Amino acid sequence: MDLTLNEVQSMLAESVDKFITNDYDFDTRQKYAGSELGYSADVWQTFADLGWTAVPFAEDDGGFAGGPIEIMLMMQRFGRGLLVEPYLANVVLAGGILRRAANTSQKARWLHPIISGELQATLAFVEPQSRYDIANILTTAVIDGDDWILNGSKGVVFNGGNSGLIIMPARTAGEQSDEDGITLFAVEADCDGISIKSYATIDGLQAAEITLTDVRVNSDTILGAVGEGFPTLDVVIDEATLAVCAEAVGIMQILKEKTVEYTKNRVQFGVPISSFQALQHRMVDMLTDCEQSYSLLLWATMVNADETAEAKRAVSAIKYMIGTAGQKVGQEAVQLHGGMGVTWEMDVAHYFKRLTAICQMFGNADWHLDKLADVPAS
Amino acid sequence: MHVTFTDEELAFRDEVRSFFLDELPDDIRNKRMQDVVLDPEDQIRFQKCLFKKGWAGVNWPVEYGGTGWSAVQQYIFATEMAAANAPGIVAFGLNMVGPIVYTFGNEEQKRRFLPDILESNIWWCQGYSEPGSGSDLASLKMRADKVDDHYVINGTKTWTTLGQFADWIFCLVRTSTDVARRQDGISFLLVDMSTPGVSIKPIITLDGDHEVNEVHFEDVEVPIENLVGEEGKGWTYGKVLLQHERTNITGAARSAYRLRRLRVQASKSIRGANPLTEDRNFMRKLAAIEVDLKALEFTDLRTLAAVASGQAPGPESSILKVKGTEIQQMIDLLTMEAAAYYALPYVRDQYVLDFPEIDRIGEGAETKSSLHYFNNRKASIYGGSNEIQKNIIAKHVLGL
Repeated sequence: MDLTLNEVQSMLAESVDKFITNDYDFDTRQKYAGSELGYSADVWQTFADLGWTAVPFAEDDGGFAGGPIEIMLMMQRFGRGLLVEPYLANVVLAGGILRRAANTSQKARWLHPIISGELQATLAFVEPQSRYDIANILTTAVIDGDDWILNGSKGVVFNGGNSGLIIMPARTAGEQSDEDGITLFAVEADCDGISIKSYATIDGLQAAEITLTDVRVNSDTILGAVGEGFPTLDVVIDEATLAVCAEAVGIMQILKEKTVEYTKNRVQFGVPISSFQALQHRMVDMLTDCEQSYSLLLWATMVNADETAEAKRAVSAIKYMIGTAGQKVGQEAVQLHGGMGVTWEMDVAHYFKRLTAICQMFGNADWHLDKLADVPAS
Repeated sequence: MHVTFTDEELAFRDEVRSFFLDELPDDIRNKRMQDVVLDPEDQIRFQKCLFKKGWAGVNWPVEYGGTGWSAVQQYIFATEMAAANAPGIVAFGLNMVGPIVYTFGNEEQKRRFLPDILESNIWWCQGYSEPGSGSDLASLKMRADKVDDHYVINGTKTWTTLGQFADWIFCLVRTSTDVARRQDGISFLLVDMSTPGVSIKPIITLDGDHEVNEVHFEDVEVPIENLVGEEGKGWTYGKVLLQHERTNITGAARSAYRLRRLRVQASKSIRGANPLTEDRNFMRKLAAIEVDLKALEFTDLRTLAAVASGQAPGPESSILKVKGTEIQQMIDLLTMEAAAYYALPYVRDQYVLDFPEIDRIGEGAETKSSLHYFNNRKASIYGGSNEIQKNIIAKHVLGL
């Protein structure tokens, strides 16, 4: 066991820190979030130039062969910067599927342009009825000669409106929530029959509702084997869950820091409100929640990097903790900022909103606690 | 002791129920059902309906045009009003400044202000907090200097809810700094918002809404007859008003309505998903809030009974404020959890009357659940933060 970062990891962490500190202050973030695209194309290209879009991919694919630890280091810092650029959608979600399931020509067609920053992509893993069950898929794909015909609806697709490539899990066999019979299709957004309704989300990011009506694709778009997409989908969603948990920890830490700072400067009754014991104890609880969450994040990330038997359980553990402790830290940060905490102009309000959004995705606290409760004794 | 209503109370309940069924204008009912924010004209029209029926001054004494209702009647009224999904009453006139004027104002002020408050002819707003004076309200700095027959006021009030629609504002102002206690130099002034020198600036809240404002006063001349009660006694009056405000904030009846609506929603398949009644965790949380709320309803009733028997709501009203807002916020959270991913779209534009269903993102008000959760974080902050309420309880109830 070794809790230290290696030299490459330290450099990566430092370079992201430097970017967030120098080039991504809150006002800049708000400007990007409010732009038509919803993020900065220039920043995205910078990420590609710096090699950040290549981090988790194999060297053969032009990547840096990073893993969960490198993703954690980046996401935690993206959390501090409250980044709106679609790293999760492109690199973790779409990239995660492609690097595992795509063949050489599919990688050349879709993965390489994602890494170079030319192609925006995403994974449509939510359907209107699915809630948190990623196997709950009603979108169908039916074979027709060499082609497949897709019909169905995808909901709240992150980065959906900006994506040229949308990976669509579709049912090619089985019942509504069966894990078997799910096939992954790489569908280009300009195909006939795709309608995309894009909107901003509460955290300043972008998502879309997507409807597929007799969308015809050929079998070159199938990623992996027909009917066997679920294990890939499942592991990518776990990876994405870990990634947003790292982002959440970054947000919790900065909320704690900003709250402590604010209470030291806010004077009421002739003294800084930080001098009140009732508030001190609550900030101590915030700190404890941050430390515990960070510790659990490290464990969960290492367990996943080392691919131990606990990997899946660890994902549920950290997401449960973010769903409880993270939610609490967000609420407390707002409360201790008083009226200012609920204003649009204050950065804490926006950190709180992103943290809330993270709690709402990839399964809430109850969902993951159920998974943990169901694990048999070993 | 009986928990069941008497025949008289049942008859009263039926009367209230029919009133909301028959007299709540359809367009307002539609807006409420579609979660559309009411225009100020709608709000006034609704309050005028109540006035016409003689029900505008729910907790006012009969001599000033109030209902003179018993605690149980007030409870029934609040319950039925919420169950009909009627709009709330904008508190600043009817529930806040009205009681101050009839309790502490002189006869001329009562004649001049009470009828318009009761009839909702004048929209009032509240000038209490200042940028540097939130929880520590007594530190307020807005000055009112007496010059001949008027005061000249200078300063800034903040978090002024719906101030953008207001005709008048009631303010706590500092008329003297030469006092033993900071609370002693504070007076209660009524200010016409159209007076030269009054200007208003929106504050946008985290959900993107414009509900609160900052109000600036620059050499605003206010006639001396707009002072309520004695100069320097404003803190005492303001405190009484705050206790009324806290009782109003409780919102037990509204919470009960929202929980019932959430239960109905949970029993249905939304967007083809399994009904949440099959989700044991969700239903247990819902049930736990229901228990807490039932207790609050009866704590509320006990307070109403004390008020109806002539006492002002005392420091115990702080319990109602803390618990009432905690419950509201738990309902906010659970409602958002019910929406899962559909709490994420930020689509405020779709909450307009008769928005085409085909274009709607999420079902019903799913996408509004997160905005409401965000917006209502204010509930544990306004009206004196819940931390301040606990200080009040510690000091004035427990005597610590």
